[in-house]
Amino acid sequence: MNRRNLLLAGLGLLAFWQGVALMVQQPILPPPLEVGAVLWQEIRSGALGVHFLASLWRVVASTLLAIFTAAPIGLILGQSKRLNAFFAPVIYLLYPIPKVVFVPVVLLFLGIGDLSKIVVIYLILFFQILVLVRDQAAGLRPELILSVRSLGAGRLALFRFVYLPASLPAVLTALRQSIGTAVAVLYVTELFATQKGLGYYIYLNGSALLNYPAMYAGVVAMSGLGLGLYFLVDGLEKRWCRWQTVV
Amino acid sequence: MIKVEDVTFAYTPGKPIFEHFTWAAGHNEAWVILGPSGCGKSTLLSLLAGLLRPQRGLIRIDGQPLTRPRPQTGLIIQDYGLLPWATVRENVRLGLRIRNFYGADGVHAPRDYHPTLDVEPWLERLGLLPVAECYPGQISGGQRQRTAIARTLVLNPDLLLMDEPFASLDAPTRESLQRLVLDLWMERGLTLVIVTHVIEEAVLLGQKILLLGHPPNRTAQVVENPDFLCPEYRDSPAYRDLCRDLRARLEAL
Repeated sequence: MNRRNLLLAGLGLLAFWQGVALMVQQPILPPPLEVGAVLWQEIRSGALGVHFLASLWRVVASTLLAIFTAAPIGLILGQSKRLNAFFAPVIYLLYPIPKVVFVPVVLLFLGIGDLSKIVVIYLILFFQILVLVRDQAAGLRPELILSVRSLGAGRLALFRFVYLPASLPAVLTALRQSIGTAVAVLYVTELFATQKGLGYYIYLNGSALLNYPAMYAGVVAMSGLGLGLYFLVDGLEKRWCRWQTVV
Repeated sequence: MIKVEDVTFAYTPGKPIFEHFTWAAGHNEAWVILGPSGCGKSTLLSLLAGLLRPQRGLIRIDGQPLTRPRPQTGLIIQDYGLLPWATVRENVRLGLRIRNFYGADGVHAPRDYHPTLDVEPWLERLGLLPVAECYPGQISGGQRQRTAIARTLVLNPDLLLMDEPFASLDAPTRESLQRLVLDLWMERGLTLVIVTHVIEEAVLLGQKILLLGHPPNRTAQVVENPDFLCPEYRDSPAYRDLCRDLRARLEAL
């Protein structure tokens, strides 16, 4: 997508917000400039930064955890018909369950700290990555593996030169598809028993302090978090998986 | 160069593809393995590549018993086996990268191997320089096959195994690649083993032709084809006679 068009679309959305705010004329919908001013002030005073970093840490930790557990398992299942035949029905049943319903369960078992929040987001990403990497690995033709083996590759070199690059697009696609959900669930988890995180910040300002401009500043920050991660994955995909876009 | 000694191989027990099969090929010979589909041609090639192990008997390459893929053997398969995510240049480098990865351990790379990534002479020799930065999905079937050949020859093999290498190419591309393979065979002093089910191709490329029939294969039927390099062979009566003879033999098998 073209940068100029993205910028224009962003400006268009801001103008739409401004228009609706002008029509509504209520404290519950402040105009973008007012929110922007509060956002700037909250960033400078460091009040928002703590929450932003807490949320960022949770989402990044769960993403990395999901990649480093789901991708290897997906590779193994994708390469072994027997293991996959055994686990496929289990994954098939678990995959569509909305993992967010496990929030209370995870809270009960893992407590109210960061771990439970990370685990809930992890569960969502885990299944996305697992299924996509598994299918990608299963789609690797045996002839490709044979021909690379005939060039002298053993297990290690096969992993390095075939499985790793082959699973990379699947990991990135899974991330791109699930980042929106991950951030949404992050918000939900941060409503429970915490005093850090953008979810908490939004909820606190919106429902307890009734400081609507600050609440919107939190919404903007959380959108920025999701958008930033999305752009990052998109950029990595363009850089590392160029072959998929040019063919 | 190749000695197949009393080899028995079966994918499923009780249904051997080869049974007490013995065959030998000399240094710098050009062999074609010809037979109908399902006769075990590709199986024999995989056995020679060290990708399959016989249940009984022994395969020796260059005097050494074969127990695993040997670094001096090159294998080119039907759909080329190129990495879709790597450019032509990177695909041609793949074997070198694998060797550099392990080092000259005598198992994955020859002991006298010196790490390098230089593939430019081969890209040039096979006319791949203009497409060196393209991905396999962007180039023609002939160019993909050239890439696969370059990738193998970069490793300086002494034995080149090719499985139906020209099957999915159009006629002019096929003929030019057939010529190229024979040129390279003479230039590099290779031992060449090509698998095909096309009788005409066998007669054009095979100095010697090994006929396989419906399994189990027990004896090696070898047909000599000494004139295969003669110019205009394609239009000669000898060529047509041999094709007819091979067709009759295949039907009798």
